[in-house]
Amino acid sequence: MLRSRFNMPSHEELVKRMDAIPDHVLRECPICHSTFFSLRAGSSKTCPNCGYGFRITAKRRAKITFDSFKEIDAQMTVPKQYTDEKYVAKVKKAKKVTGINESVLTGIGTLGQQQVGVGIMDPFFVMGSLGSATGEKITRLFEEATRKKLPVVMFTASGGARMQEGIHSLMQMAKVSGAVEEHSRAGLFYVVVLCDPTTGGVTASFAMQGDVILAEPHALVGFAGRRVIEQTIMQKPPKDFQSAETVMKHGFIDAIVPRKEMNQTLTRLISLHTKENVYGK
Amino acid sequence: MANKTAYERVKAARRPDKITTAQLIHGLTSEFFEQHGDRLEADDQAIIGGIGLLNDKPITVVGIQKGTDTDENIARHFGSPTPEGYRKALRLMKQAEKFHRPILALVNTPGAWPDVESEYHGQGSAVAQNIIQGMQLRVPYVTIIVGEGGSGGALALSCGDRVFMFEDSIYSVLSPEGYASIMWKDSSKVQEAAEELKLTPEALLKDGIIDKIIHEYKPGDDLSSLRDFLDQEFSTLAKLPIDELVERRNQRYRNF
Repeated sequence: MLRSRFNMPSHEELVKRMDAIPDHVLRECPICHSTFFSLRAGSSKTCPNCGYGFRITAKRRAKITFDSFKEIDAQMTVPKQYTDEKYVAKVKKAKKVTGINESVLTGIGTLGQQQVGVGIMDPFFVMGSLGSATGEKITRLFEEATRKKLPVVMFTASGGARMQEGIHSLMQMAKVSGAVEEHSRAGLFYVVVLCDPTTGGVTASFAMQGDVILAEPHALVGFAGRRVIEQTIMQKPPKDFQSAETVMKHGFIDAIVPRKEMNQTLTRLISLHTKENVYGK
Repeated sequence: MANKTAYERVKAARRPDKITTAQLIHGLTSEFFEQHGDRLEADDQAIIGGIGLLNDKPITVVGIQKGTDTDENIARHFGSPTPEGYRKALRLMKQAEKFHRPILALVNTPGAWPDVESEYHGQGSAVAQNIIQGMQLRVPYVTIIVGEGGSGGALALSCGDRVFMFEDSIYSVLSPEGYASIMWKDSSKVQEAAEELKLTPEALLKDGIIDKIIHEYKPGDDLSSLRDFLDQEFSTLAKLPIDELVERRNQRYRNF
């Protein structure tokens, strides 16, 4: 009798009902594969089950992380010398999706009362790849922070070098490194937050040069990609070999910080580095 | 040979009978003393490093060595350094700084070694440290790209005052195979990739990425002209006050 009252709908009927749910209502976490109502991810866009921070635009991150934020070098973009049609179209689309003109958003923000230099890479801008203008913006950010004696907070999210800009992309790794070093020599604090994904040339330069290196839960962090390893040396990497947790276990990350606690943690770290150091005098 | 296509240049850069890093060290220096180990955990044989005399003046050499046969290739993992290799190189470069020896880096690598172990040992971090610390070394630092200059794995030893390339060498953001695979999802389009990457010494010289093209030396060739050339370069660089040397070096990379 019960059976008749709670009739199991047919497979076709179930598929039909699922299809009727708009795409944006439900969301699946790529890490723990739990499905949940999108609204539950909240403004921080975090998986309610495992804490993974979904990939978000740089603009959104600036908004949810800092108490205030003012952009610099907003107009800087891909140099005109790159005329390849496909590339130009890709960049145009990226600008529309992200609302910024290069793969990094830079500016001066505040955490509590403290001013900080801010860099936020945008994974939706040509995979957050390191173009010439990306490198230039980050370099200028460090130079500005050095002049103003400000700490720098950098959120990395990048597929690595930007293939379309060839060797000039590679040279950005050195250029940015020079500016990081000058900032460091001025005794200023640099904190990196590794976000999903941080790979290739970004990992092999400023992402690994922070005084403190944080990461978001389950962010992918590595140098060579899984496919490169599989295809070059025919080795099959284990599932989580480049998760932030694994990288931390091997000694390259100071702490893993959930997105919701990012503002608080950064504020605390900045304050620990800006308090007068009476013993050092 | 400027009339070679980019792809022919790729093949020439990878020729197995090309002069090796070890042969260059042997021909350029006397009294070479090889040093081993990163003082942390391992000795990566993809990197040969040590002290030798160049025209009777002490220099430090760090170079990436490919194998000449299967056994050597396995031992040196095809000239792709692990993080331990990059850390060994940096250790020796810092030592060169301590003793005021100029540094000669010889690069011939398809790229940093892509395996799981290297990821666990911080390949990205190792390369990042070689770049940032290499740029600040307070001694003349000169690189020759001998064959392949692949990606960050090559840049890790190419952040000095001068970067030279042999005629049959290449330097690029990624191997042409990797580029073809990423851009067109077709790793067989290597020829097109080589063209687009502008990886030849001529293209890179024109682009201001490198300083000079050095004519190709074969195994067994007399290297005295190269030795004198390097001696001259080191002398010129050593005449600059150290602060200015480092400042100019940083400016070089700032301009990219």
